Amino acid sequence: MELSALTVMEARRALDAKKFSARELTEAYLKEIALRDPDIHAYLEVWAETALAEAQEADERIREGNALSLTGIPVAIKDNILIKGRHASAASKILESYVASYDATVTTKLKNEGAVFLGRANMDEFALGSSTENSAYGVTKNPYDTSRVAGGTSGGPAAAVAANMALVGLGSDTGGSIRQPAALCGVVGLKPTYGAVSRFGLMAAASSLDQIGPIGKTVGDVEAVFNAIRGHDTNDSTSLPDTAVYVKKPKVIGVPRAFVSSGVEKDVSLRFESVLNNLRKAGYEIRDIELPNLTYSLAVYYIINPAEVSTNLARFDGIRYGLSEPAETIGDVYTKTRGRGFGPEARRRILVGTFVLSSGYADAYYRKARAVRSLVREDFKKAFESVDAVATPTSPIPAFKIGEKSDDPLAMYAADIFTVPVNLAGVPAISVPAGTVTRDGKELPVGFQAIGSHGGEEMLFTIGKDIEQTR
Amino acid sequence: MTHKVDVRALASLARLDVSDEELARLEKEIPAILEFVEAIKNASLKVAEDKPTLMNVMRDDINPHEGGLYSEDLLSAAPMRRGNSVVVKQVLHKDKGKKTKDR
Repeated sequence: MELSALTVMEARRALDAKKFSARELTEAYLKEIALRDPDIHAYLEVWAETALAEAQEADERIREGNALSLTGIPVAIKDNILIKGRHASAASKILESYVASYDATVTTKLKNEGAVFLGRANMDEFALGSSTENSAYGVTKNPYDTSRVAGGTSGGPAAAVAANMALVGLGSDTGGSIRQPAALCGVVGLKPTYGAVSRFGLMAAASSLDQIGPIGKTVGDVEAVFNAIRGHDTNDSTSLPDTAVYVKKPKVIGVPRAFVSSGVEKDVSLRFESVLNNLRKAGYEIRDIELPNLTYSLAVYYIINPAEVSTNLARFDGIRYGLSEPAETIGDVYTKTRGRGFGPEARRRILVGTFVLSSGYADAYYRKARAVRSLVREDFKKAFESVDAVATPTSPIPAFKIGEKSDDPLAMYAADIFTVPVNLAGVPAISVPAGTVTRDGKELPVGFQAIGSHGGEEMLFTIGKDIEQTR
Repeated sequence: MTHKVDVRALASLARLDVSDEELARLEKEIPAILEFVEAIKNASLKVAEDKPTLMNVMRDDINPHEGGLYSEDLLSAAPMRRGNSVVVKQVLHKDKGKKTKDR
C-alpha cells in the first residue's frame, strides 16, 4: 500500500475488500512514525499497543460486515482532546502527568466508528500560538523543510498527516489553528461552523472561538471525518441543534480585495490568484467585495482571546489535577504552580486577559472588542447575501524559520490575519492546498481559504473539490 | 487609554509567579500588545452594539446520575487526597491578624 496516495475512501474500499487489514494499515503508519517522527516530532506519545488492538477490533467488525466509514482508519489526535485513561497535556508542563477522566464527545464518536488512535499530536501550549513553538515539549518541524515550523497550533496533526504518519487528524481551531498548519504543511483543514462539532472534552482555550475540526490530505477525507464527528450534544450548551444540511451549488465567490492586497508575500498572492483563475474557468463568478471591518479583526481577536484564555486557565491551580507545587499557604500553591506550569505565551495571554477584563479597562477593551466583533459578523452576513463563499489566502506567508518570530509576539499574531475573522464570526472555513512557493531552494506549500456562511460546510467541500480537480 | 501597566499587580491578580527577569520583558511586551489592539477604538459603532447573541443553556436539574459514579475517576487526578477528599492547605485561619497573604 502506498500511504502517500491513500485516501479515507480508498482505504475504506481496500479494507472492506480485504486487500489489506486494518492491522496492516496501522502497522504501516506505525512504521512510518518510527522512521520519520524523530525528525518531525509530530507526536508527543504514540499508542502503538492500543492502536494495534483497536485495529484488530476493526478487522473483526469488517469481517462481520459492520464497518462504518472510519472503521480501521488511523487518526492522530491533538493533545487537547480527551480520551479516558490516557495522558492529555495540551502540550503544557502544568498537565504533564494528567490522565483524562472522561472521553470527549468526538472521541466517543470516533470510538463508535471504530477508528484507530495512533497517538497524541503536538501543539502550541493550550492552543496559544501559530507555530507549535510554544509546545513545552519541543517544536514540530515542517515535513517540507525541517528548519521551518509546521504552523500552529495544530502543527502536530497537520505534520503527521502531511508526512504520512496518520491518514487523518483531529485538531482544534481558535483563530486559524487547523487551517494555518494545514496550509503550511500542504494538507486540507476544516474549521467547522461554531457549534457544529461538540467541544465537550476539548480543553478550552477561548470558548467563544474554539472549534474541533478535521485535517486530511484531501477534501473528501476531511468531509468524511467531519460527518463522523458533527452533531448536537447535550453536554455542550453551545452545540447547535441538528438541522438539515443546506445544499446548494456554489456559484459566486467574493474576494475582499482591500483586505487581501496588503501584507501578502507576492508569490503567495500569485498562487491565490491562480486558484481564483482556475475556479473562474470551472464556471464560478469571482466578485470583488468589501468587508470593511475585517481590518479590526486581529485587534479584536487579541483582546477576546486573552480575556477568555485567562478565564479558562484559572482552573489550573494545583488543587484538583495536574502539577502542584508544594508551598506554605494555599495562595502560594496557586501562584507557584501556575508560575512553574505555564509557558511564556500562556503567561502573556493570562496577563493581557487579566488587564483587558480588569475594572476600569473592561469597557475600553473587552466590551468594545465584543461590539466590534459583532461588526465583523455583520460584514460577513451582508457579504453572504450576494456571494456563496468568501476567498482569501489562508496565511500571508509560507512556513517561516523556527525561531524567526518566537521572540516577537506581535509578529507571530500577524500570521493569523486571514484566519481570525472566521472564528470571530463563527462561520466555517476550509484551507485547501494552492501549490507551492520557493524559499531557500525548497518548495513550501501555501493554502487557499474558502469561507462559508453558518452551516455552509457542504458548499465549502464542493469548492474544495473543484480546486482539487482544476489543479 | 493608558500604557502604564503594573505587571506585578496583574500577575498577583492572576495568581502567577513571575521572575524579575520575565517581569522586565513583560513590562515592554504587554504595553506593545495593548497599543496594537487599541486599533479597535477607531471602529465606528453606529450599527452594532455589544448585544449577547448566545444564551447559556443549562440542562434541567433532574435525573441526577448515581452518586459516586465519577468520584474515583476525578479524585484519582488530585495531587493530594485523603479518602474521598481532596487535600488543600488550610484556607481559614483562627488568628485573623496573621492571615494577610492567603485569600
